[in-house]
Amino acid sequence: MPIKLEQVDFVYAGGSPFERAALKGINLSFLDGEFVGIIGQTGSGKSTLVQMLNGLLKPTRGTVTVNGLVTTAKGVKLKSLRQEVGLVFQFAEYQLFAETVAADVAFGPENQGVPASEIAERVDQALLNVGLPLEIKERSPFELSGGQMRRVAIAGVLAMNPKVLILDEPTAGLDPRGRDEILSRIRELHRQRGITVILVSHSMEDVARLVDRLVVIHGGQIVYDATPREVFAHGSSLKTYGLGVPQATEVLGLLKAKGWAVPEVALTLDEARQAIVRAYQLRRELA
Amino acid sequence: MDILDIADLHHIYRGHEGETIALAGVDLVVSEGEFVAVIGRNGSGKSTLAKHFNAILLPGGGRVLVAGLDTREEALLWSVRQMVGMVFQHPDNQIVATVVEEDVAFGPENLGVPTAEIIERVDASLRQVNMEDYRTHAPHLLSGGQKQRVAIAGILAMRPRLIVLDEATAMLDPIGRSEVMSTILRLNREEGMTAVLITHHMDEAVKANRVVVIDQGQVVLSGTPAEVFSQYKLLEALGLDVPVAAKLSILLAESGLPLPAHILTAEQLVDELCRLN
Ligand SMILES: Nc1ncnc2c1ncn2[C@@H]1O[C@H](COP(=O)(O)OP(=O)(O)OP(=O)(O)O)[C@@H](O)[C@H]1O
Ligand SMILES: Nc1ncnc2c1ncn2[C@@H]1O[C@H](COP(=O)(O)OP(=O)(O)O)[C@@H](O)[C@H]1O
Ligand SMILES: [Mg+2]
Ligand SMILES: [Mg+2]
Repeated sequence: MPIKLEQVDFVYAGGSPFERAALKGINLSFLDGEFVGIIGQTGSGKSTLVQMLNGLLKPTRGTVTVNGLVTTAKGVKLKSLRQEVGLVFQFAEYQLFAETVAADVAFGPENQGVPASEIAERVDQALLNVGLPLEIKERSPFELSGGQMRRVAIAGVLAMNPKVLILDEPTAGLDPRGRDEILSRIRELHRQRGITVILVSHSMEDVARLVDRLVVIHGGQIVYDATPREVFAHGSSLKTYGLGVPQATEVLGLLKAKGWAVPEVALTLDEARQAIVRAYQLRRELA
Repeated sequence: MDILDIADLHHIYRGHEGETIALAGVDLVVSEGEFVAVIGRNGSGKSTLAKHFNAILLPGGGRVLVAGLDTREEALLWSVRQMVGMVFQHPDNQIVATVVEEDVAFGPENLGVPTAEIIERVDASLRQVNMEDYRTHAPHLLSGGQKQRVAIAGILAMRPRLIVLDEATAMLDPIGRSEVMSTILRLNREEGMTAVLITHHMDEAVKANRVVVIDQGQVVLSGTPAEVFSQYKLLEALGLDVPVAAKLSILLAESGLPLPAHILTAEQLVDELCRLN
Protein backbone atom coordinates (compact mmCIF):
# COMPACT_ATOMS: atom_id res chain seq x y z
CA MET A 1 0.00 0.00 0.00
CA PRO A 2 2.33 2.74 -1.10
CA ILE A 3 1.14 6.25 -0.32
CA LYS A 4 2.07 9.31 -2.31
CA LEU A 5 1.35 12.98 -1.69
CA GLU A 6 1.93 15.38 -4.58
CA GLN A 7 1.85 19.16 -4.20
CA VAL A 8 -0.59 18.86 -1.32
CA ASP A 9 -2.06 21.98 0.26
CA PHE A 10 -4.64 21.87 3.00
CA VAL A 11 -6.63 24.83 4.25
CA TYR A 12 -8.95 24.67 7.26
CA ALA A 13 -12.09 26.83 7.17
CA GLY A 14 -11.23 28.15 3.70
CA GLY A 15 -12.90 31.45 2.86
CA SER A 16 -13.81 32.23 6.48
CA PRO A 17 -12.02 34.72 8.73
CA PHE A 18 -10.52 31.70 10.52
CA GLU A 19 -8.91 30.35 7.36
CA ARG A 20 -5.70 28.54 8.17
CA ALA A 21 -3.25 26.94 5.77
CA ALA A 22 -2.17 23.78 7.60
CA LEU A 23 -0.14 22.12 4.81
CA LYS A 24 1.70 23.81 1.96
CA GLY A 25 3.12 22.06 -1.10
CA ILE A 26 3.78 18.69 0.49
CA ASN A 27 5.55 16.08 -1.66
CA LEU A 28 6.07 12.84 0.18
CA SER A 29 5.95 9.08 -0.43
CA PHE A 30 5.72 6.18 1.92
CA LEU A 31 6.91 2.85 0.53
CA ASP A 32 5.79 -0.58 1.68
CA GLY A 33 7.50 -1.76 4.82
CA GLU A 34 9.01 1.58 5.81
CA PHE A 35 9.17 2.77 9.42
CA VAL A 36 8.91 6.54 9.24
CA GLY A 37 8.86 9.10 12.03
CA ILE A 38 7.20 12.52 11.78
CA ILE A 39 8.20 15.29 14.16
CA GLY A 40 7.22 18.94 14.28
CA GLN A 41 6.16 21.66 16.67
CA THR A 42 2.64 21.78 18.03
CA GLY A 43 0.46 23.14 15.23
CA SER A 44 2.97 22.36 12.49
CA GLY A 45 0.51 20.14 10.61
CA LYS A 46 1.37 16.59 11.66
CA SER A 47 -2.15 15.49 12.55
CA THR A 48 -3.52 17.14 9.43
CA LEU A 49 -0.97 15.29 7.32
CA VAL A 50 -1.66 11.85 8.75
CA GLN A 51 -5.41 12.27 8.34
CA MET A 52 -4.77 12.69 4.60
CA LEU A 53 -3.24 9.23 4.45
CA ASN A 54 -6.46 7.32 4.98
CA GLY A 55 -8.75 9.77 3.23
CA LEU A 56 -10.21 11.25 6.38
CA LEU A 57 -9.17 14.68 5.17
CA LYS A 58 -8.86 15.45 1.48
CA PRO A 59 -6.35 17.88 0.05
CA THR A 60 -7.50 21.38 -0.87
CA ARG A 61 -5.02 21.22 -3.78
CA GLY A 62 -2.79 18.42 -5.06
CA THR A 63 -3.34 14.67 -4.79
CA VAL A 64 -2.99 11.90 -2.28
CA THR A 65 -2.70 8.44 -3.83
CA VAL A 66 -3.08 5.38 -1.62
CA ASN A 67 -2.39 2.05 -3.28
CA GLY A 68 -3.22 3.56 -6.67
CA LEU A 69 -6.45 5.23 -5.47
CA VAL A 70 -6.64 9.00 -5.58
CA THR A 71 -8.58 10.03 -2.46
CA THR A 72 -10.25 12.96 -4.21
CA ALA A 73 -11.36 10.91 -7.24
CA LYS A 74 -15.11 10.63 -7.81
CA GLY A 75 -16.74 7.54 -6.32
CA VAL A 76 -13.60 6.36 -4.62
CA LYS A 77 -14.27 3.75 -1.89
CA LEU A 78 -12.64 5.11 1.22
CA LYS A 79 -14.10 2.46 3.50
CA SER A 80 -11.82 -0.33 2.32
CA LEU A 81 -8.92 2.06 2.42
CA ARG A 82 -9.57 2.86 6.08
CA GLN A 83 -9.57 -0.82 6.92
CA GLU A 84 -6.09 -1.25 5.53
CA VAL A 85 -4.66 2.01 6.76
CA GLY A 86 -5.11 1.97 10.53
CA LEU A 87 -4.93 5.35 12.24
CA VAL A 88 -4.53 5.77 15.99
CA PHE A 89 -5.71 9.34 16.56
CA GLN A 90 -3.92 11.88 18.69
CA PHE A 91 -6.65 11.85 21.34
CA ALA A 92 -7.54 8.26 20.58
CA GLU A 93 -9.37 7.74 23.86
CA TYR A 94 -12.13 10.06 22.62
CA GLN A 95 -12.95 7.49 20.00
CA LEU A 96 -13.97 4.84 22.52
CA PHE A 97 -17.69 4.24 22.47
CA ALA A 98 -18.70 0.66 23.27
CA GLU A 99 -20.10 -0.71 26.53
CA THR A 100 -17.15 -2.92 27.22
CA VAL A 101 -13.48 -2.89 26.39
CA ALA A 102 -13.86 -6.17 24.48
CA ALA A 103 -16.67 -4.79 22.31
CA ASP A 104 -14.69 -1.68 21.58
CA VAL A 105 -11.62 -3.55 20.41
CA ALA A 106 -13.78 -6.01 18.42
CA PHE A 107 -15.55 -3.25 16.49
CA GLY A 108 -12.88 -2.82 13.80
CA PRO A 109 -12.38 -6.50 12.92
CA GLU A 110 -16.17 -7.06 13.00
CA ASN A 111 -16.60 -4.31 10.45
CA GLN A 112 -13.93 -5.91 8.30
CA GLY A 113 -15.97 -9.10 8.25
CA VAL A 114 -13.49 -11.12 10.27
CA PRO A 115 -15.22 -14.39 11.28
CA ALA A 116 -16.60 -14.38 14.84
CA SER A 117 -14.44 -17.34 15.78
CA GLU A 118 -11.32 -15.34 15.05
CA ILE A 119 -12.40 -12.10 16.68
CA ALA A 120 -12.04 -13.17 20.29
CA GLU A 121 -8.50 -14.21 19.60
CA ARG A 122 -7.68 -10.95 17.85
CA VAL A 123 -9.09 -8.97 20.77
CA ASP A 124 -7.01 -10.89 23.33
CA GLN A 125 -3.88 -10.60 21.24
CA ALA A 126 -4.36 -6.85 20.75
CA LEU A 127 -4.94 -6.27 24.47
CA LEU A 128 -1.81 -8.23 25.33
CA ASN A 129 0.12 -6.23 22.74
CA VAL A 130 -0.72 -3.02 24.57
CA GLY A 131 0.02 -4.50 28.00
CA LEU A 132 -3.52 -4.68 29.36
CA PRO A 133 -4.63 -7.62 31.51
CA LEU A 134 -7.50 -9.61 29.99
CA GLU A 135 -9.58 -9.06 33.16
CA ILE A 136 -10.22 -5.59 31.82
CA LYS A 137 -12.30 -6.90 28.89
CA GLU A 138 -15.69 -6.66 30.54
CA ARG A 139 -15.12 -3.24 32.08
CA SER A 140 -16.52 -0.08 30.60
CA PRO A 141 -13.86 1.85 28.66
CA PHE A 142 -15.13 5.03 30.30
CA GLU A 143 -14.25 3.77 33.74
CA LEU A 144 -10.54 3.45 33.11
CA SER A 145 -7.58 5.69 33.81
CA GLY A 146 -6.31 7.92 30.99
CA GLY A 147 -3.43 5.63 30.14
CA GLN A 148 -5.63 2.54 30.20
CA MET A 149 -8.10 4.18 27.77
CA ARG A 150 -5.27 5.11 25.46
CA ARG A 151 -4.12 1.48 25.44
CA VAL A 152 -7.62 0.25 24.59
CA ALA A 153 -7.77 2.68 21.67
CA ILE A 154 -4.43 1.47 20.29
CA ALA A 155 -5.58 -2.14 20.71
CA GLY A 156 -8.67 -1.37 18.61
CA VAL A 157 -6.53 -0.39 15.65
CA LEU A 158 -4.01 -3.23 16.11
CA ALA A 159 -6.89 -5.74 16.10
CA MET A 160 -7.64 -4.77 12.49
CA ASN A 161 -4.22 -6.03 11.34
CA PRO A 162 -3.72 -2.98 9.13
CA LYS A 163 -1.14 -3.00 6.34
CA VAL A 164 -0.22 0.56 7.17
CA LEU A 165 -0.24 1.60 10.82
CA ILE A 166 -0.27 5.32 11.59
CA LEU A 167 0.16 6.40 15.19
CA ASP A 168 -0.40 10.07 16.08
CA GLU A 169 1.46 10.66 19.35
CA PRO A 170 0.45 7.25 20.67
CA THR A 171 2.52 7.27 23.82
CA ALA A 172 1.36 10.54 25.36
CA GLY A 173 -0.13 9.54 28.70
CA LEU A 174 1.49 6.14 28.87
CA ASP A 175 3.76 5.21 31.75
CA PRO A 176 7.43 4.53 30.93
CA ARG A 177 7.10 0.78 30.75
CA GLY A 178 3.92 0.97 28.68
CA ARG A 179 5.65 3.35 26.29
CA ASP A 180 8.60 0.99 25.79
CA GLU A 181 6.52 -2.16 25.56
CA ILE A 182 4.00 -0.86 23.06
CA LEU A 183 6.66 0.64 20.82
CA SER A 184 8.67 -2.60 20.96
CA ARG A 185 5.57 -4.58 19.96
CA ILE A 186 4.98 -2.23 17.05
CA ARG A 187 8.55 -2.65 15.92
CA GLU A 188 8.11 -6.43 16.06
CA LEU A 189 4.93 -6.23 13.99
CA HIS A 190 6.79 -4.09 11.50
CA ARG A 191 9.61 -6.62 11.26
CA GLN A 192 7.53 -9.78 11.27
CA ARG A 193 4.68 -8.73 9.03
CA GLY A 194 6.45 -6.08 7.05
CA ILE A 195 3.74 -3.49 7.76
CA THR A 196 4.44 0.16 7.09
CA VAL A 197 4.54 2.20 10.28
CA ILE A 198 4.23 5.99 10.44
CA LEU A 199 4.88 7.35 13.92
CA VAL A 200 4.11 10.95 14.89
CA SER A 201 5.94 11.71 18.09
CA HIS A 202 7.19 14.45 20.38
CA SER A 203 9.77 12.08 21.80
CA MET A 204 13.11 12.55 20.10
CA GLU A 205 14.31 9.48 22.05
CA ASP A 206 11.64 7.26 20.54
CA VAL A 207 12.03 8.31 16.92
CA ALA A 208 15.82 8.19 17.19
CA ARG A 209 15.89 4.58 18.25
CA LEU A 210 12.97 3.29 16.17
CA VAL A 211 12.58 4.83 12.75
CA ASP A 212 14.58 4.42 9.55
CA ARG A 213 13.48 7.71 8.11
CA LEU A 214 12.49 10.95 9.80
CA VAL A 215 10.30 13.67 8.34
CA VAL A 216 10.36 17.09 10.01
CA ILE A 217 7.45 19.49 9.45
CA HIS A 218 7.50 23.18 10.19
CA GLY A 219 4.68 25.60 9.40
CA GLY A 220 2.98 23.05 7.16
CA GLN A 221 6.08 22.38 5.07
CA ILE A 222 8.62 19.60 5.06
CA VAL A 223 12.00 20.88 6.21
CA TYR A 224 13.87 17.57 6.51
CA ASP A 225 13.29 14.09 5.13
CA ALA A 226 16.33 11.98 5.94
CA THR A 227 17.70 9.38 8.34
CA PRO A 228 17.45 10.25 12.05
CA ARG A 229 21.23 10.45 12.18
CA GLU A 230 21.27 13.11 9.47
CA VAL A 231 18.36 15.05 10.96
CA PHE A 232 19.70 15.10 14.51
CA ALA A 233 23.00 16.54 13.29
CA HIS A 234 21.04 19.80 12.86
CA GLY A 235 20.44 20.47 16.54
CA SER A 236 20.31 24.24 16.36
CA SER A 237 17.85 24.45 13.49
CA LEU A 238 15.68 21.81 15.15
CA LYS A 239 15.53 24.14 18.18
CA THR A 240 14.22 26.96 16.04
CA TYR A 241 11.50 24.54 14.89
CA GLY A 242 10.44 23.93 18.50
CA LEU A 243 12.14 20.56 18.57
CA GLY A 244 15.30 19.15 20.04
CA VAL A 245 17.68 16.23 19.86
CA PRO A 246 17.68 13.01 21.88
CA GLN A 247 19.40 13.45 25.24
CA ALA A 248 22.12 11.02 24.18
CA THR A 249 22.96 13.47 21.39
CA GLU A 250 22.63 16.46 23.72
CA VAL A 251 25.20 15.02 26.13
CA LEU A 252 27.63 14.41 23.28
CA GLY A 253 27.14 17.99 22.09
CA LEU A 254 27.93 19.37 25.54
CA LEU A 255 31.03 17.17 25.81
CA LYS A 256 32.20 18.15 22.34
CA ALA A 257 31.97 21.80 23.35
CA LYS A 258 34.34 20.97 26.21
CA GLY A 259 36.87 19.45 23.85
CA TRP A 260 35.94 15.78 24.06
CA ALA A 261 36.55 13.70 20.94
CA VAL A 262 33.00 12.41 20.51
CA PRO A 263 30.77 12.18 17.45
CA GLU A 264 27.97 14.69 17.02
CA VAL A 265 25.05 12.30 17.17
CA ALA A 266 24.10 9.26 19.25
CA LEU A 267 20.72 7.72 18.60
CA THR A 268 20.62 5.44 21.63
CA LEU A 269 22.02 5.51 25.14
CA ASP A 270 24.20 2.56 24.33
CA GLU A 271 25.72 4.38 21.41
CA ALA A 272 26.40 7.38 23.66
CA ARG A 273 27.93 5.12 26.26
CA GLN A 274 30.38 3.61 23.77
CA ALA A 275 31.36 7.00 22.39
CA ILE A 276 31.94 8.48 25.84
CA VAL A 277 33.95 5.49 27.08
CA ARG A 278 36.17 5.69 24.00
CA ALA A 279 36.71 9.44 24.38
CA TYR A 280 37.39 9.03 28.08
CA GLN A 281 40.09 6.41 27.45
CA LEU A 282 41.63 8.61 24.79
CA ARG A 283 41.81 11.55 27.20
CA ARG A 284 43.50 9.39 29.84
CA GLU A 285 46.08 8.18 27.36
CA LEU A 286 46.82 11.75 26.33
CA ALA A 287 47.00 13.02 29.89
CA MET B 1 1.17 26.11 56.63
CA ASP B 2 0.18 22.87 54.93
CA ILE B 3 -1.80 23.51 51.80
CA LEU B 4 -2.69 19.81 51.60
CA ASP B 5 -3.00 17.47 54.54
CA ILE B 6 -4.27 14.07 53.50
CA ALA B 7 -4.64 11.20 55.93
CA ASP B 8 -5.60 7.59 55.20
CA LEU B 9 -7.54 8.55 52.08
CA HIS B 10 -9.58 5.78 50.46
CA HIS B 11 -11.51 5.86 47.22
CA ILE B 12 -13.60 3.14 45.63
CA TYR B 13 -15.22 3.51 42.21
CA ARG B 14 -18.44 1.57 41.82
CA GLY B 15 -18.59 0.80 38.11
CA HIS B 16 -21.02 -1.37 36.17
CA GLU B 17 -18.67 -4.34 36.53
CA GLY B 18 -18.14 -4.15 40.30
CA GLU B 19 -15.79 -2.11 42.42
CA THR B 20 -12.33 -0.72 41.78
CA ILE B 21 -10.24 0.29 44.73
CA ALA B 22 -8.41 3.33 43.40
CA LEU B 23 -6.95 4.73 46.63
CA ALA B 24 -6.10 2.46 49.54
CA GLY B 25 -4.90 4.70 52.36
CA VAL B 26 -2.95 7.66 51.03
CA ASP B 27 -1.06 9.86 53.47
CA LEU B 28 0.39 13.01 51.97
CA VAL B 29 1.26 16.46 53.24
CA VAL B 30 2.19 19.31 50.89
CA SER B 31 3.48 22.53 52.44
CA GLU B 32 2.77 25.93 51.01
CA GLY B 33 5.45 26.82 48.46
CA GLU B 34 6.46 23.25 47.65
CA PHE B 35 6.74 21.84 44.15
CA VAL B 36 5.81 18.17 44.27
CA ALA B 37 5.92 15.73 41.35
CA VAL B 38 3.71 12.65 41.45
CA ILE B 39 4.66 9.62 39.37
CA GLY B 40 3.14 6.16 39.06
CA ARG B 41 2.10 3.67 36.41
CA ASN B 42 -1.19 3.86 34.48
CA GLY B 43 -4.08 3.15 36.80
CA SER B 44 -2.09 3.62 40.00
CA GLY B 45 -4.45 6.31 41.34
CA LYS B 46 -2.78 9.63 40.52
CA SER B 47 -5.74 11.33 38.85
CA THR B 48 -8.12 10.01 41.44
CA LEU B 49 -5.91 11.51 44.14
CA ALA B 50 -5.75 14.85 42.31
CA LYS B 51 -9.54 15.01 42.08
CA HIS B 52 -9.67 14.91 45.87
CA PHE B 53 -7.54 18.06 46.09
CA ASN B 54 -10.42 20.28 45.05
CA ALA B 55 -13.35 18.14 46.08
CA ILE B 56 -14.30 16.84 42.64
CA LEU B 57 -14.25 13.53 44.48
CA LEU B 58 -14.92 13.11 48.18
CA PRO B 59 -13.19 10.66 50.52
CA GLY B 60 -14.60 7.16 50.84
CA GLY B 61 -12.51 6.99 54.01
CA GLY B 62 -9.93 9.24 55.66
CA ARG B 63 -9.84 12.97 55.03
CA VAL B 64 -8.45 15.76 52.90
CA LEU B 65 -7.69 19.19 54.36
CA VAL B 66 -7.00 22.04 51.93
CA ALA B 67 -5.34 24.88 53.83
CA GLY B 68 -7.02 23.42 56.89
CA LEU B 69 -10.48 23.19 55.28
CA ASP B 70 -12.10 19.75 55.23
CA THR B 71 -13.32 18.92 51.71
CA ARG B 72 -16.24 16.92 53.14
CA GLU B 73 -17.85 20.11 54.42
CA GLU B 74 -20.16 21.32 51.71
CA ALA B 75 -20.18 24.88 53.01
CA LEU B 76 -16.43 25.11 52.31
CA LEU B 77 -16.59 23.85 48.72
CA TRP B 78 -16.34 27.29 47.15
CA SER B 79 -13.33 28.28 49.24
CA VAL B 80 -11.59 24.99 48.48
CA ARG B 81 -12.16 25.26 44.72
CA GLN B 82 -10.90 28.84 44.72
CA MET B 83 -7.58 27.80 46.19
CA VAL B 84 -6.88 24.84 43.94
CA GLY B 85 -6.56 25.22 40.17
CA MET B 86 -6.58 22.04 38.12
CA VAL B 87 -5.28 21.44 34.63
CA PHE B 88 -6.30 18.04 33.34
CA GLN B 89 -5.04 15.46 30.86
CA HIS B 90 -7.50 16.55 28.18
CA PRO B 91 -7.83 20.23 27.42
CA ASP B 92 -11.03 19.87 25.36
CA ASN B 93 -13.01 19.13 28.50
CA GLN B 94 -11.97 22.40 30.09
CA ILE B 95 -12.33 24.81 27.21
CA VAL B 96 -15.57 26.73 27.63
CA ALA B 97 -15.52 29.79 25.38
CA THR B 98 -15.34 30.30 21.62
CA VAL B 99 -12.48 32.80 21.76
CA VAL B 100 -9.19 32.16 23.52
CA GLU B 101 -9.15 35.35 25.59
CA GLU B 102 -12.71 34.78 26.76
CA ASP B 103 -11.78 31.28 27.76
CA VAL B 104 -8.91 32.55 29.85
CA ALA B 105 -11.13 35.26 31.37
CA PHE B 106 -13.84 32.77 32.34
CA GLY B 107 -12.24 31.70 35.62
CA PRO B 108 -11.48 35.16 37.05
CA GLU B 109 -14.91 36.41 35.89
CA ASN B 110 -16.51 33.67 37.93
CA LEU B 111 -14.44 34.72 40.89
CA GLY B 112 -15.78 38.29 40.57
CA VAL B 113 -12.44 39.87 39.66
CA PRO B 114 -12.90 43.51 38.43
CA THR B 115 -12.83 43.90 34.62
CA ALA B 116 -9.67 46.00 34.44
CA GLU B 117 -7.80 43.38 36.40
CA ILE B 118 -9.22 40.56 34.31
CA ILE B 119 -7.76 42.13 31.18
CA GLU B 120 -4.40 42.39 32.88
CA ARG B 121 -4.52 38.82 34.09
CA VAL B 122 -5.55 37.47 30.69
CA ASP B 123 -2.64 39.30 29.06
CA ALA B 124 -0.15 38.06 31.60
CA SER B 125 -1.32 34.44 31.56
CA LEU B 126 -1.35 34.19 27.77
CA ARG B 127 2.15 35.64 27.71
CA GLN B 128 3.30 33.11 30.32
CA VAL B 129 2.30 30.23 28.05
CA ASN B 130 3.38 31.96 24.82
CA MET B 131 -0.06 32.13 23.29
CA GLU B 132 -0.56 35.90 23.14
CA ASP B 133 -0.75 35.80 19.33
CA TYR B 134 -3.80 33.55 19.56
CA ARG B 135 -5.92 35.63 21.89
CA THR B 136 -8.69 36.16 19.35
CA HIS B 137 -8.58 32.63 17.91
CA ALA B 138 -11.18 29.94 18.40
CA PRO B 139 -9.80 27.43 20.91
CA HIS B 140 -11.45 24.41 19.29
CA LEU B 141 -9.54 25.13 16.10
CA LEU B 142 -6.18 24.97 17.80
CA SER B 143 -4.05 21.86 17.78
CA GLY B 144 -3.80 19.68 20.89
CA GLY B 145 -0.74 21.26 22.41
CA GLN B 146 -1.99 24.80 21.78
CA LYS B 147 -5.23 24.01 23.59
CA GLN B 148 -3.24 22.70 26.52
CA ARG B 149 -1.42 25.99 26.87
CA VAL B 150 -4.69 27.92 26.78
CA ALA B 151 -6.07 25.69 29.53
CA ILE B 152 -3.02 26.38 31.67
CA ALA B 153 -3.40 30.12 31.06
CA GLY B 154 -7.02 29.90 32.20
CA ILE B 155 -5.94 28.43 35.52
CA LEU B 156 -3.08 30.89 35.97
CA ALA B 157 -5.57 33.74 35.52
CA MET B 158 -7.39 32.58 38.64
CA ARG B 159 -4.21 32.97 40.68
CA PRO B 160 -4.81 29.84 42.74
CA ARG B 161 -2.64 29.01 45.77
CA LEU B 162 -2.13 25.49 44.52
CA ILE B 163 -1.90 24.54 40.87
CA VAL B 164 -2.32 20.87 40.01
CA LEU B 165 -1.25 19.70 36.57
CA ASP B 166 -2.42 16.22 35.63
CA GLU B 167 -0.21 15.32 32.65
CA ALA B 168 -0.92 18.76 31.27
CA THR B 169 2.29 18.81 29.21
CA ALA B 170 1.71 15.40 27.63
CA MET B 171 0.76 16.81 24.23
CA LEU B 172 3.35 19.57 23.94
CA ASP B 173 6.42 19.59 21.72
CA PRO B 174 9.81 19.66 23.49
CA ILE B 175 10.12 23.44 23.49
CA GLY B 176 6.48 23.94 24.49
CA ARG B 177 6.93 21.52 27.33
CA SER B 178 10.04 23.20 28.62
CA GLU B 179 8.28 26.57 28.39
CA VAL B 180 5.44 25.30 30.53
CA MET B 181 7.88 23.72 32.96
CA SER B 182 9.83 26.94 33.35
CA THR B 183 6.54 28.82 33.77
CA ILE B 184 5.58 26.54 36.63
CA LEU B 185 9.05 26.77 38.15
CA ARG B 186 9.00 30.56 37.98
CA LEU B 187 5.54 30.78 39.52
CA ASN B 188 6.67 28.43 42.26
CA ARG B 189 9.98 30.13 43.04
CA GLU B 190 9.10 33.77 42.50
CA GLU B 191 5.44 33.91 43.43
CA GLY B 192 5.50 31.09 45.96
CA MET B 193 2.73 29.20 44.20
CA THR B 194 2.49 25.62 45.36
CA ALA B 195 2.48 23.14 42.49
CA VAL B 196 1.68 19.46 42.15
CA LEU B 197 2.74 18.00 38.83
CA ILE B 198 1.54 14.55 37.78
CA THR B 199 3.75 13.31 34.98
CA HIS B 200 5.07 10.29 33.12
CA HIS B 201 8.21 12.22 32.19
CA MET B 202 10.94 11.56 34.68
CA ASP B 203 12.90 14.50 33.28
CA GLU B 204 10.09 16.78 34.47
CA ALA B 205 9.82 15.14 37.87
CA VAL B 206 13.50 15.92 38.45
CA LYS B 207 12.67 19.65 38.54
CA ALA B 208 10.43 19.31 41.60
CA ASN B 209 11.51 19.69 45.26
CA ARG B 210 9.99 16.36 46.06
CA VAL B 211 8.90 13.28 44.13
CA VAL B 212 6.04 11.12 45.37
CA VAL B 213 5.58 7.65 43.89
CA ILE B 214 2.10 6.12 43.90
CA ASP B 215 1.38 2.46 43.30
CA GLN B 216 -1.86 0.53 43.75
CA GLY B 217 -3.47 3.46 45.47
CA GLN B 218 -0.75 4.08 48.03
CA VAL B 219 2.31 6.28 48.43
CA VAL B 220 5.22 3.86 48.12
CA LEU B 221 8.11 6.29 47.99
CA SER B 222 8.63 9.97 48.69
CA GLY B 223 11.78 12.06 48.77
CA THR B 224 14.00 14.47 46.89
CA PRO B 225 14.49 13.65 43.20
CA ALA B 226 18.01 12.42 44.04
CA GLU B 227 16.68 10.08 46.73
CA VAL B 228 13.81 8.70 44.68
CA PHE B 229 15.73 8.26 41.43
CA SER B 230 18.54 6.41 43.17
CA GLN B 231 16.05 3.54 43.57
CA TYR B 232 16.46 2.40 39.98
CA LYS B 233 15.47 -1.25 40.58
CA LEU B 234 12.37 -0.41 42.60
CA LEU B 235 11.18 2.17 40.05
CA GLU B 236 11.67 -0.30 37.23
CA ALA B 237 9.64 -2.90 39.10
CA LEU B 238 6.87 -0.29 39.42
CA GLY B 239 6.78 0.24 35.63
CA LEU B 240 8.63 3.53 35.98
CA ASP B 241 12.02 4.75 34.98
CA VAL B 242 14.82 7.14 35.89
CA PRO B 243 15.71 10.29 33.91
CA VAL B 244 17.67 9.70 30.69
CA ALA B 245 20.87 11.28 32.05
CA ALA B 246 20.65 9.11 35.17
CA LYS B 247 20.31 6.02 33.01
CA LEU B 248 23.30 6.99 30.92
CA SER B 249 25.36 7.58 34.08
CA ILE B 250 24.44 4.13 35.34
CA LEU B 251 25.54 2.62 32.01
CA LEU B 252 28.81 4.55 32.13
CA ALA B 253 29.47 3.47 35.71
CA GLU B 254 28.87 -0.11 34.62
CA SER B 255 31.49 0.40 31.92
CA GLY B 256 33.97 1.33 34.62
CA LEU B 257 33.85 5.14 34.67
CA PRO B 258 34.15 6.26 38.30
CA LEU B 259 31.05 8.50 38.28
CA PRO B 260 29.27 9.46 41.50
CA ALA B 261 25.68 8.32 42.09
CA HIS B 262 22.68 10.69 41.89
CA ILE B 263 23.36 12.30 38.53
CA LEU B 264 20.00 13.50 37.23
CA THR B 265 20.54 15.92 34.36
CA ALA B 266 22.66 16.13 31.21
CA GLU B 267 24.48 19.17 32.63
CA GLN B 268 25.38 17.33 35.84
CA LEU B 269 26.61 14.35 33.86
CA VAL B 270 28.83 16.48 31.67
CA ASP B 271 30.26 18.34 34.71
CA GLU B 272 31.07 15.07 36.45
CA LEU B 273 32.63 13.60 33.32
CA CYS B 274 34.86 16.63 32.88
CA ARG B 275 35.90 16.36 36.51
CA LEU B 276 37.16 12.81 35.95
CA ASN B 277 40.26 13.85 34.06
N1 LIG C 1 -14.66 6.76 36.55
C1 LIG C 1 -14.13 5.60 36.96
N2 LIG C 1 -14.93 4.55 37.27
C2 LIG C 1 -14.41 3.37 37.69
N3 LIG C 1 -13.10 3.14 37.84
C3 LIG C 1 -12.24 4.14 37.55
C4 LIG C 1 -12.71 5.43 37.09
N4 LIG C 1 -11.64 6.23 36.88
C5 LIG C 1 -10.54 5.49 37.19
N5 LIG C 1 -10.90 4.24 37.59
C6 LIG C 1 -9.99 3.16 38.04
O1 LIG C 1 -9.31 3.62 39.22
C7 LIG C 1 -7.94 3.28 39.21
C8 LIG C 1 -7.08 4.53 39.32
O2 LIG C 1 -7.31 5.36 38.19
P1 LIG C 1 -6.63 6.79 37.99
O3 LIG C 1 -7.32 7.47 36.86
O4 LIG C 1 -6.59 7.50 39.29
O5 LIG C 1 -5.15 6.34 37.58
P2 LIG C 1 -3.88 7.24 37.11
O6 LIG C 1 -2.79 6.92 38.06
O7 LIG C 1 -4.27 8.66 36.96
O8 LIG C 1 -3.53 6.55 35.71
P3 LIG C 1 -2.95 7.21 34.34
O9 LIG C 1 -1.47 7.26 34.49
O10 LIG C 1 -3.32 6.19 33.30
O11 LIG C 1 -3.59 8.53 34.12
C9 LIG C 1 -7.73 2.46 37.93
O12 LIG C 1 -7.82 1.09 38.25
C10 LIG C 1 -8.88 2.88 37.03
O13 LIG C 1 -9.23 1.82 36.16
N1 LIG D 1 -10.22 21.35 12.87
C1 LIG D 1 -9.44 22.42 12.62
N2 LIG D 1 -9.98 23.57 12.13
C2 LIG D 1 -9.21 24.64 11.86
N3 LIG D 1 -7.87 24.70 12.04
C3 LIG D 1 -7.28 23.59 12.52
C4 LIG D 1 -8.02 22.40 12.84
N4 LIG D 1 -7.16 21.47 13.30
C5 LIG D 1 -5.94 22.05 13.26
N5 LIG D 1 -5.99 23.32 12.80
C6 LIG D 1 -4.86 24.24 12.59
O1 LIG D 1 -4.02 23.67 11.59
C7 LIG D 1 -2.65 23.76 11.95
C8 LIG D 1 -2.04 22.35 12.02
O2 LIG D 1 -2.65 21.63 13.09
P1 LIG D 1 -2.34 20.12 13.40
O3 LIG D 1 -2.30 19.34 12.14
O4 LIG D 1 -3.29 19.66 14.46
O5 LIG D 1 -0.86 20.22 14.01
P2 LIG D 1 -0.01 19.21 14.89
O6 LIG D 1 -0.65 17.87 14.82
O7 LIG D 1 1.33 19.24 14.21
O8 LIG D 1 0.05 19.77 16.26
C9 LIG D 1 -2.60 24.55 13.25
O9 LIG D 1 -2.37 25.89 12.93
C10 LIG D 1 -3.99 24.36 13.84
O10 LIG D 1 -4.32 25.48 14.64
MG1 LIG E 1 -1.35 16.69 16.35
MG1 LIG F 1 -4.45 9.92 35.25
